[in-house]
Amino acid sequence: MPEITRDEVRHLADLARIELDDAELDHLAPQLSVILESIASIAEVAAADIPPTSHAIPLTNVFREDVVRPSLTAEQALSGAPASEQQRFSVPRILGDEQ
Amino acid sequence: MTDLIKKSAADLAAMLEAGETTSVELTRACLDRIAAVDGAVHAFLHVDAEGALAQAAASDARRAAGTPASPLDGVPIAVKDVLATEGLPTTCGSKILEGWIPPYDATVVTKLKAAGLPILGKTNMDEFAMGSSTEHSAYGPTRNPWDLDRIPGGSGGGSAAAVAAFEAPLAVGTDTGGSIRQPGAVTGTVGLKPTYGGISRYGLVAMANSLDQVGPVTRTVLDSALLHEVIGGHDPMDSTSIDQPLPALADAARLGAAGDLTGVRIGVISELGGEGYQAGVQQRFDESIALLVKAGAEVVEVSCPNFRHALAAYYLIMPSEASSNLARFDAMRYGLRTLPEGNDDPSAEDVMRATRDAGFGDEVKRRIILGTYALSSGYYDAYYGQAQKVRTLISRDFEAAFAQADVLVSPTAPTTAFRIGEKLDDPLAMYLNDVATIPANLAGIPGISIPAGLAPEDGLPVGFQILAPALADDRLYRVGAALESLLESEWGRPLLAEAPSLVEAVNTPGASA
Repeated sequence: MPEITRDEVRHLADLARIELDDAELDHLAPQLSVILESIASIAEVAAADIPPTSHAIPLTNVFREDVVRPSLTAEQALSGAPASEQQRFSVPRILGDEQ
Repeated sequence: MTDLIKKSAADLAAMLEAGETTSVELTRACLDRIAAVDGAVHAFLHVDAEGALAQAAASDARRAAGTPASPLDGVPIAVKDVLATEGLPTTCGSKILEGWIPPYDATVVTKLKAAGLPILGKTNMDEFAMGSSTEHSAYGPTRNPWDLDRIPGGSGGGSAAAVAAFEAPLAVGTDTGGSIRQPGAVTGTVGLKPTYGGISRYGLVAMANSLDQVGPVTRTVLDSALLHEVIGGHDPMDSTSIDQPLPALADAARLGAAGDLTGVRIGVISELGGEGYQAGVQQRFDESIALLVKAGAEVVEVSCPNFRHALAAYYLIMPSEASSNLARFDAMRYGLRTLPEGNDDPSAEDVMRATRDAGFGDEVKRRIILGTYALSSGYYDAYYGQAQKVRTLISRDFEAAFAQADVLVSPTAPTTAFRIGEKLDDPLAMYLNDVATIPANLAGIPGISIPAGLAPEDGLPVGFQILAPALADDRLYRVGAALESLLESEWGRPLLAEAPSLVEAVNTPGASA
């Protein structure tokens, strides 16, 4: 029976870049445990010789001619940005203190 | 005017063609209806009255010049808020995209505009299409026009409610695990998910790429076919788009409407019915089967033993894809940016964490965390890898079943509409709503839900689901239109004629909870 602990949920949220406070962890961790329990049965269903399906309709690579097509202008691309500067996305510092 | 908003899109198109009404008159009638009832229903997140009327005037000019852009030119439509609309807000029901105005149109929207359909506005939905009740919208729930205390289904509850409440003759939805068909079932409307790849996903904000499909939300089967022909077909902008012409869909619906199903083999899926299905849902389903037999269809029972694993496979594949897709909401290029409290010099990562906590609702967080878990090393083979194998088993079940039958049928949803709030904090109970619709998404095959009557115990709509092999969407229209016309001749009128008049509910203080 898989169980997902509060610490694991905190770790997963961290990997997914979501800051969860204690109240949210209390709320979400037990729910995730219940969901996980209900889907755990799947581990035993399919035999090793069953091929996986990633897309139901078989796909092959799709190529197009390497020609220039109209696309968004810089102004359009930046129109939804929280902050921009000199036709670029303006973002907080990338490196942390320890780096 | 009331009569106008209740007409089918096909009838409205004929009236426009005959010069008996104009697109401006029609669009104004829809906008008036929205103004009158949407305070109670809350199907719309954004209404674009000015834009819709301008598009309607342009349509009238085309009709006057004898050059309509399509058979549906001038018939207004509502668009689910998960499709990018240039110049109109697109929020996906999420705070993280509040106020975002896309700089481009989804291909489906481009096609609607090219075909001349005025866009009334954007419809409410569960946040990022995650849910079966539209309660997970960050902007408040949509209410079911049949009973304002109940859910309209989800995630496309806004589109279904808009059509059921006569706010729009047509709408567009998306279906990842049933988000078009289940709202159709619980609101007494028609909803179709096409074959995967049948309608472009370009400009559709992705939840689970390998499952998501756009589709029509309408009041009649023929309207669904007419809209499907407008928005479907190959799109080079979507690499999963099928590069071949659509089958003749409206023709199939017209053929079906004659009500003769001689020689059509219909398979009842034994795993989707009986235990766990509400008595009135099962009863209306069984009655519909009897009508199909009377119309000449040959009914057989088929078994799809692996369907019992479909829900588990879905709740591994969908969150895995969703957790990857939603990584794009990083507070850098678009959408919300929230600065963490008590941090004078936050890094990009700090800002990302704070933004994703503030911008995503509970259900989105649950699914992102679940997906992150399923994809993490050590669990990948046991969960995601297994789920993909189960997907193969489900496709094989369908293959075997379609060897015995031309179409397969089941109730669309196990119950009628439940009360708002009833399942909000019980994710598993919520997930069970999609138990009958999910297999089609996993296998990429098309499915339709059509109204099958009202459950005797609660007087709420029941949906009848029809499934067809990949690329055979036309079969859904033939059998769906046949059942629709057989049922309506039993009832003497369309099911939605039984729905309560919302105007009274709105005008009676306190009547709308």
